[in-house]
Amino acid sequence: MLMGVSAVHFVLLSAALFGIGLFGALVKKNAISVLICIELMLNAVNINLVAFNKYVTPGTFIGQLFAIFIITVAAAEVGVALAIIIAIFRHRLSVNLDDFDWLKW
Amino acid sequence: MHHAWLVPLLPALSFLVIVFITRPRPKLSAAVSIACMLGSFALAALAAYGVFTDNHFQHRPLIYDVHWFGMQGLNVDVGIYLDPSSAMMIFMVTMVASLVQIYSTGYMKGDPGYPVFFSYLSLFAAAMLGLILSSNLLQMFIFWELVGLCSYLLIGFYSHKISAREAAKKAFITCRVADFALLLGMLAIQIIFGTLNLDELSEIMPHFENYTTAGMMTLIAVLVFIGPVGKSGQFPLHVWLPDAMEGPTPVSALIHAATMVVAGVYLVGRTMFLFTEVEPAMHLVAVTGAFTAFFAATIAITQREIKRILAYSTVSQLGYMMLALGVGSLTASFFHLWTHAFFKALMFLGAGSVLHALHHKADVWEMGGLIKKMPVTGWTFVVGGLAIAGIPPFAGFWSKDEILLATFLEGHYVLFALASCTAFLTAFYIWRMIFLAFFGAEKPENHPHESPGSMTGPLLVLAVMATAAGLIGTPGNPLWQNWIFFGHPHHGEPNIPIMLISTALAAAGIGLAYLLYLKDKDKANARALAGMFRPVYKLIYNKYYVDELYLWFNRKIVDGSARMTYLFDIYVVDGIVNGVGAVTKGLGQNLRCVQTGKMQTYALVFFLAVLVITVALAFTDSSSTALVMGGAK
Repeated sequence: MLMGVSAVHFVLLSAALFGIGLFGALVKKNAISVLICIELMLNAVNINLVAFNKYVTPGTFIGQLFAIFIITVAAAEVGVALAIIIAIFRHRLSVNLDDFDWLKW
Repeated sequence: MHHAWLVPLLPALSFLVIVFITRPRPKLSAAVSIACMLGSFALAALAAYGVFTDNHFQHRPLIYDVHWFGMQGLNVDVGIYLDPSSAMMIFMVTMVASLVQIYSTGYMKGDPGYPVFFSYLSLFAAAMLGLILSSNLLQMFIFWELVGLCSYLLIGFYSHKISAREAAKKAFITCRVADFALLLGMLAIQIIFGTLNLDELSEIMPHFENYTTAGMMTLIAVLVFIGPVGKSGQFPLHVWLPDAMEGPTPVSALIHAATMVVAGVYLVGRTMFLFTEVEPAMHLVAVTGAFTAFFAATIAITQREIKRILAYSTVSQLGYMMLALGVGSLTASFFHLWTHAFFKALMFLGAGSVLHALHHKADVWEMGGLIKKMPVTGWTFVVGGLAIAGIPPFAGFWSKDEILLATFLEGHYVLFALASCTAFLTAFYIWRMIFLAFFGAEKPENHPHESPGSMTGPLLVLAVMATAAGLIGTPGNPLWQNWIFFGHPHHGEPNIPIMLISTALAAAGIGLAYLLYLKDKDKANARALAGMFRPVYKLIYNKYYVDELYLWFNRKIVDGSARMTYLFDIYVVDGIVNGVGAVTKGLGQNLRCVQTGKMQTYALVFFLAVLVITVALAFTDSSSTALVMGGAK
């Protein structure tokens, strides 16, 4: 199975994916894009968890269990976040994050 | 005698009635006040009769105590303490107060504050009588303060005059300073001896070694003595008494000559058991008294205002009373208190009569020959003058002689000399005033007239008392000495040389005054004498600059230190408080800019912070590196 593929590859993949997600989350101005990028970061973590489960403690399912939890939480989070974004959009007619600064002081 | 508690109650009742009911009707108010006062006098006379006819009282006072309040370690009673001293005092106070109230109906006629004046007089009489009859120190202190309040109200009675208001404040504040010490002394007594009851204290105090040290006893005695120093105008707290002459003259007669100011003497007499235990305190009392007597007498020589001369004379006579207490003779002190009340009230009321006739022209140098137009006032004043100078057989002679004798027998020869000098000075300044005001040439610009009967009547009664009051304590008839004493009655053998000395000194004083102020028509010698001792004269005329000294102390020292602490408060204390506020505000002002409200900025900061922490841990601590790196070697 998966000959020549080691833990390092998985870690690199997840790090790249996390970096792309982080970059997008910090840079993108569209709230929906930021949400997508956050999903990317969560999934990068999921890859990490599953990969380490396979290489460090094979035969158990702790990593997979955590991944499923994260997917569930992410789904809930997306639901709430989209609802907030829609509510703000109705109010402000904008999804640009730069406009969302009225919670300061 | 068992109704003595009614004596202070009647004037208190009349105070309430006047204030709440009869105030709009001046005549009725005066009638109520005088009726109550006379009723009180009758009761006091009955009580005094009861006391002085029952030999039992020579050893045991009549005491009624009712429990007032208490808690652990503190039991306060109120009650009546009737013994020969207090019986004598209530008799004297109610009598003088009655006469002064009758006199006031003439003197205060037409004054807008007429009913209020009588209500104050009643309140004062109630407070003073309450003080006299108190059975414990706390009760006494309450009435003591009430008396001080009445004094304040009556000195400031002409409240439209700034000087009267100032004098009232001065009297009140000076007495407060002294009362504070008295209060401390009382607290010490309560803490150490566990009671303020006079009767119990007189039992305990002789065995004070079981409770405390001699040093502490001395401290207590000195503290208790400071209260009377203020109230009885002893040096150095005498300054309020001459200024108190701003009040209406009947007030001066009642409060600042006959009754209130002797409250201090009375208090020391009542707590004699405390003072006799500690020798230094006795010396302090004696020296303060003798010095005050001499000091005030010298001031009185140079004063020009008739009431001021009498005021300093009062201070001086109070000094005599303190001196007598200090040498351990309660008998002599209270005897002088008794006679002084009559002749000094007489002289003050006489002075009031003169002021009434001359429309408040007070300078004795502007008077003269008044005796022709005002015979009753004039001759009663002369009787008062003879009494205070100590010419036998007038009242002052017997009591002053008793004091001189007691001082001499106790071996205080310096104080005896001082007191004898004072006797000479007293005769001189009183007769200087009498010769200037009542004899000599009449001044054409004055149009004096004799005062109405309501004023001359009390003068006549007091003149009789000033003549006869001393006869109950002569060596041949030592009634007084048998009844009023501390410890054991003692009859000093009649000491003829001392009697002769004091009479000779009095006669010399009067003679000198006669030569300088009556025989010498244009008073050239008197002026020359004053000119010869110019600096001394000026020093004395300005009352030794004691007032100025206090003023300087207040202005420079008290106000100066107040200003310094004010600056400290403004710049240091306020600086710290405001500084803390300003720093917090500035920090907030600047730090709020960090909060942009932009989520992505926050996220970036989080990320960078995590990065920094991770890198820092990785490079500093090898054990935590493993933790961060997930176990990878």
